[in-house]
Amino acid sequence: MTDLALTPPRRAFVLRHPSAVIFIGILALFTIGVTVLAEGFGIGVISTSFVKTLGKTLCLCLVALAMDLVWGYCGILSLGHMAFFGIGGYAIGMWLMYARTEIIVQTSLAAAPLPPTPQEISDGIAAQIFGVVGASEFPPIWAFAHSLPLQLAAVVLVPGLLALVFGWLAFRSRVTGVYLSILTQAMTLALSLYLFQNDSGLRGNNGLSGLQNLPGQGDVPQSTISILFFWASALALGLGYLMCAWVVSGKFGSVIRAIRDDEARVRFLGYSVEAYKLFIFTITAVIAGIAGALYYPQAGIINPAEIAPIASIYLAVWVAIGGRGRLYGAVIGAAFVSLLSTWFTGGQAPDINLGVYTVQWVDWWTILLGLSFVGVTLFAPRGIGGLFDLVAARRMPNRHGQDLGPDAGALREKEADR
Amino acid sequence: MLLLLRRLVACLFVCVSLALPASAQQSDTPIQLLLQQFGPEIQKSSRKSIGPAIDALANSGLPDAQVVLERWQAKDMWFEKETGLFVFGAKADGGALTLFDVAGGLEIGTAPRKSYKQLKPNSGIRGMIASALVQFQLNDPDPVTRQRALTAIERDAEATHLAALRASIDVETDAALKARKARLERLLTIRFAEEDAERIAAIEGFSGDLSVDLRAALNPLVQTRLDVAQSLPEGAMPVDVGEGLSPDAAYALLTAQNLAPPRTDPDMLRAALIENIDGDQIAGIQVATLDTDDARAAVYATLAQSGAVPPLVTDEDVATTLERFVFFEAFVGAPVPVALAAQTALKDIEAKLAMSQTVDLALDGLSLASIYFLAAIGLAITFGVMGVINMAHGEFIMMGAYTGYVVQLFVPDYTLSILLAIPLAFAVTFAAGVVMERLVIRWLYHRPLETLLATFGVSIALQQLAKNIFGTQARPLTAPGWLDGSLVINDVIAISYIRIAIFVLALIFLALFLFVMNRTRLGLEVRAATQNPRMAASMGINPDRINMLTFGFGSGIAGIAGVAIGLYAKVTSEMGADYIVQSFMTVVVGGVGNIWGTLLGATLVGTLQKGIEWLNPSNTLAAQTYMILFIILFIQFRPRGIIALKGRAAEA
Amino acid sequence: MSPKLMKTSAAALLIASAAPAFADCPVKVGILHSLSGTMAISETTLKDTMEMLVEQQNAKGGVLGCQLEAVVVDPASDWPLFAEKARELLTVHEVDVIFGNWTSVSRKSVLPVIEELNGLLFYPVQYEGEESSKNVFYTGAAPNQQAIPATDYFLEELEVEKFALLGTDYVYPRTTNNILESYLQQKGIAKDDIFVNYTPFGHSDWSKIVADVVALGADGKKVGVISTINGDANVGFYKELAAAGISADDIPVVAFSVGEEELSGLDTTNLVGHLAAWNYFQSADSDANEAWIAAWKERMGEDRVTNDPMEAHYIGFNMWVNAAEAAGSTEVDAVREAMYGQEFPNLTGGTAVMLPNHHLSKPVLIGEIQEDGQFDIISQTEEVPGDAWTDYLPESAVLVSDWKDLGCGMYNTSSSTCVQIKSNY
Repeated sequence: MTDLALTPPRRAFVLRHPSAVIFIGILALFTIGVTVLAEGFGIGVISTSFVKTLGKTLCLCLVALAMDLVWGYCGILSLGHMAFFGIGGYAIGMWLMYARTEIIVQTSLAAAPLPPTPQEISDGIAAQIFGVVGASEFPPIWAFAHSLPLQLAAVVLVPGLLALVFGWLAFRSRVTGVYLSILTQAMTLALSLYLFQNDSGLRGNNGLSGLQNLPGQGDVPQSTISILFFWASALALGLGYLMCAWVVSGKFGSVIRAIRDDEARVRFLGYSVEAYKLFIFTITAVIAGIAGALYYPQAGIINPAEIAPIASIYLAVWVAIGGRGRLYGAVIGAAFVSLLSTWFTGGQAPDINLGVYTVQWVDWWTILLGLSFVGVTLFAPRGIGGLFDLVAARRMPNRHGQDLGPDAGALREKEADR
Repeated sequence: MLLLLRRLVACLFVCVSLALPASAQQSDTPIQLLLQQFGPEIQKSSRKSIGPAIDALANSGLPDAQVVLERWQAKDMWFEKETGLFVFGAKADGGALTLFDVAGGLEIGTAPRKSYKQLKPNSGIRGMIASALVQFQLNDPDPVTRQRALTAIERDAEATHLAALRASIDVETDAALKARKARLERLLTIRFAEEDAERIAAIEGFSGDLSVDLRAALNPLVQTRLDVAQSLPEGAMPVDVGEGLSPDAAYALLTAQNLAPPRTDPDMLRAALIENIDGDQIAGIQVATLDTDDARAAVYATLAQSGAVPPLVTDEDVATTLERFVFFEAFVGAPVPVALAAQTALKDIEAKLAMSQTVDLALDGLSLASIYFLAAIGLAITFGVMGVINMAHGEFIMMGAYTGYVVQLFVPDYTLSILLAIPLAFAVTFAAGVVMERLVIRWLYHRPLETLLATFGVSIALQQLAKNIFGTQARPLTAPGWLDGSLVINDVIAISYIRIAIFVLALIFLALFLFVMNRTRLGLEVRAATQNPRMAASMGINPDRINMLTFGFGSGIAGIAGVAIGLYAKVTSEMGADYIVQSFMTVVVGGVGNIWGTLLGATLVGTLQKGIEWLNPSNTLAAQTYMILFIILFIQFRPRGIIALKGRAAEA
Repeated sequence: MSPKLMKTSAAALLIASAAPAFADCPVKVGILHSLSGTMAISETTLKDTMEMLVEQQNAKGGVLGCQLEAVVVDPASDWPLFAEKARELLTVHEVDVIFGNWTSVSRKSVLPVIEELNGLLFYPVQYEGEESSKNVFYTGAAPNQQAIPATDYFLEELEVEKFALLGTDYVYPRTTNNILESYLQQKGIAKDDIFVNYTPFGHSDWSKIVADVVALGADGKKVGVISTINGDANVGFYKELAAAGISADDIPVVAFSVGEEELSGLDTTNLVGHLAAWNYFQSADSDANEAWIAAWKERMGEDRVTNDPMEAHYIGFNMWVNAAEAAGSTEVDAVREAMYGQEFPNLTGGTAVMLPNHHLSKPVLIGEIQEDGQFDIISQTEEVPGDAWTDYLPESAVLVSDWKDLGCGMYNTSSSTCVQIKSNY
């Protein structure tokens, strides 16, 4: 991509990706707006719980970006990215719990007649953390929990390594298409079942809780913490967007799109398809891990149910509804569906009285979501993002004829002829 | 005394013959008097204190005793709250209670239920009563009652039962009961007989038997107790420290028997130090510096030298102390010769037991495999043959199960309702499958990933719809009576009839599938249409129609599977989701497009899961986790499954 | 800042002088129960219970001269959403008290929020204990009010010598079984005579586990099963038990999570005689219970049953009303102080007392399953005071909770220090 000699002079990145500039601009305005309206540093129109919801939504947008990269651009329908998201949350959660509990234990042991030994402190922390699940010893998995840098490294490394190993095995055996989807789903299921066990050492079904309380920051009100996390999430989303935009631009981007459209041809052209796929799979797993690490301190609790296969399918749903194969589509889809979902299940949506039957959205929202999803795949494969094409009058060629690639959104016969 | 009794009986006669109304509660019949004597215990109804009351009743020799015990056991006995008098009661309409005299059992009128309290003996007390009733019931003319007595002995045998049982064998007329009595007599002989030789003979007589009750009789005999002494007593089996017994446990035994000073554990050390705090120092050392184990041990040693605390027991001390003693196991359950005979018998049993357990495990695995197969067979058609990813397959299973539930709401006869439910479930899910194929899947044949997502949308919608209609609580789907119970081969190998039925159903489906695919015109057309739709179309086959029918057929089978699964487990809106991933795994592991592959896949998944469960019996969740991990690895190395299609079909 | 403060206090004074007691009308009662998702079936019942209680109280004239208003939110069986909704209830709707939660994990999710914002939560379900929050009143049973008495019943009345502890793999069964294992060993049951097994939620393949339990009887000891199996996994378990022909007289099963509601999904003819332990059964014989069942059936339909957590809300709500009246305010700290020692007749015909450790003193009932899906109460203890920290685990035995005098929920009696003021989550 830096080989300027062979390619014609290129315009600046910004000019080639006007949507990235617009997106960053909107995100910045949004962040400033929320800051002004929130309780932490602003006038307090927006409640802290809503700021948290918005912050979490930004994290979901980030993981949706990753999903779009891996699915919309590279054609790998991974049903495992929420697992990486969860791993990121667990990694940061371990440090948050450890550090918070350490302070409590040290304070309480300071009053004891004898100064505590390191072993006593460690035992005390373990008893506090694992007393809930009937254990009192640290499992080996907590070996680095005392150190923030190491756990932050784990946020990136554990999802990355897992994706690397899993992807290497899967792509090497040429597992593709729906088989890969099912395989990633199985991985997610195995991980969530594993975490559900108490023996996993991560507090089983209870998971890690109280994550919203930052260690040693007991005096800082949640209104401030929430806005800080909101900023961090916005920053991460902005950077993630720029990085994704950069990855999908240029030759590299063309290759991964080509892999999506026809893997075999790209292989025959001499590209190492597996290496490209592995790179995308791993990098998106890392992004998902980071998004999770920002999400769960705002949610306050992480437990294995968050990693259940259904979460990853919902992720695909968001991206599809938003419009895959375009980065802003993923962001729109995630934000739109998750906020709408909150609104409907929150009981705020008014019931519809049909005379004989009252439609309560709490009960019917999931059905609406499921059916709208069928509708989107059938009638609007380009999702909400497709609307922007209409606005920009940048209409795609009339798409008739067979798909050339294995997936919708691929070029079709007529198109290729042009 | 006799006179008094006679007078009472006379009084009873008078009262009965006069047939006095309700108020004539007899408070002075002998049985009532006896009950009154134990009034508080009977009312309290606790196994700990009831023993004497039951014994007194059973041994009273009163003609009413047996009836009173029986009806007390059946929760028929009540007492008046005010007077504490006992009666038999039967609930009548309008909060009333029909009363019967405990003596003679004649009706003495009705009373408001509020003024009486029912005696509710718990199952422990009911067992004691049953045990006390044995002596009355063993020779009862009614074989059902005799059977009840035998059951009571089996549950809760007492030494006194042996003699009664022996006396009743010869007069037994029913051959089956006689055999049962004889066997029970041998078991009781093992447990209670006086003579060692008699017991050993009984033990040896059972050779080859591996039933639970025999083992339950033998195992207590070979019980041992770990003990310690300076030298080995006679007949005891020595235990080596370090092999059968850890040094820590051995030393703990010594401390428990006060043969050695206790080891100083960190808690005791800490407590001892705290006790000796002097200002901010302990033995001249600053308290604040004692934040390591070594520093604490050093201070403790100093304290020990000054005699303020007992000396530290080190590892060497433990080792030398242990050498001075011998540890051994001694039989406590029976005299040594009997125990040895029992031990030999148990060893024999154990070898056969392992064999039976393996067979049982294999049966369990097979049963689970057939359930997975049943759940996956519809998928083997829609996914395996047509290549359609149907995430709503689980919901078709659920629809079938709910169909069964709804049918049972209208048809109360369980046999008939199941016979009705099976074709109905097929019809309902067939229709649902056809509708879904027409409306959704047809448009997505070339976009498999989107099929996955669209059918997932259908899946969550159907799940929620079921919740809205039926609620989230599990609904009952009851198997007909003839499927109750288990096929018992011996006390280890047993499998419930419902599982056998599922197994048979799976076989029928396999045959049906093979028949339809290989022997009918539809099957031929299906194979043609899936292998090369254009070619098939040009040969006059309507691929649209074939796809529709095939999909409907696969969905219909899922519906029947739903009825079967609902019968053995539960019917909830989420039951489909429990099977969907496993079903896909089964099909993929077996090899897509081959029914034998699916069969092998199900067998592999089922037996593997049971195998892992057997390795780690306390955690079933772990078994599921490891099984999925295994499958993931398996697919990495054999991406096309156990039976991989070769040639062009593989590319389809 | 200070003008604003003055304004508020002025307003407060105004209201205080106008109203008979200090309360903002209407008094808001937050209801935090899942109305969708997996827990909906259990929790919706409690939402209906609360709405009924609020209506009944309003008919009696409300609290402190104010009408009550129920604020219902739906956390959708999603644990992080519980925290979010709790924050919403306390900061947006500004409710005075919250009644809610079912699962332990949802409670753990809510705890930090309630404690941070100084809210008040009434938690109505039996739970594993090992927790005491200043802001939570636990009206369900602690282990010593359900598990321990049931185990005693097994030991003493049924003379069980060998135990199978079967549970679903989550925190309540894990902790309860831990406590029971320790308790049984103290009672002289050998470690080898305790078989423990955990299964996933919704488990359906029980053949092997039931066979394992039967095999326990091989050494001639009476076997009993203590089940903390949760939810619809019970259906498959009891079906397999019935298929294996295990009668309650051979191997009794006592369940802690099976109530009237759960039995409605089962054909109980083969289960007659198996046991459940609760603080309340619908079959309890008292006038208050009759009235309660009648009101419930009138509102919800003839086929609906009542259960233990409903009674917990009944007691909790009435105690809160009385405490608010006694304190003359719905302000959290005032109500909390007034809660200690509150007495209210429970539905089984005794009196529940709120203890300084935020637990109730309640009787323990053991019932045998009957053919009609109801329970026959065969044992009822005196009122047992709930214990936040179990006496049967070494780490917890030294801890006590006393918010009234010690002002601490996790007080270490051996070192005489308060381990922490906030609860452990």
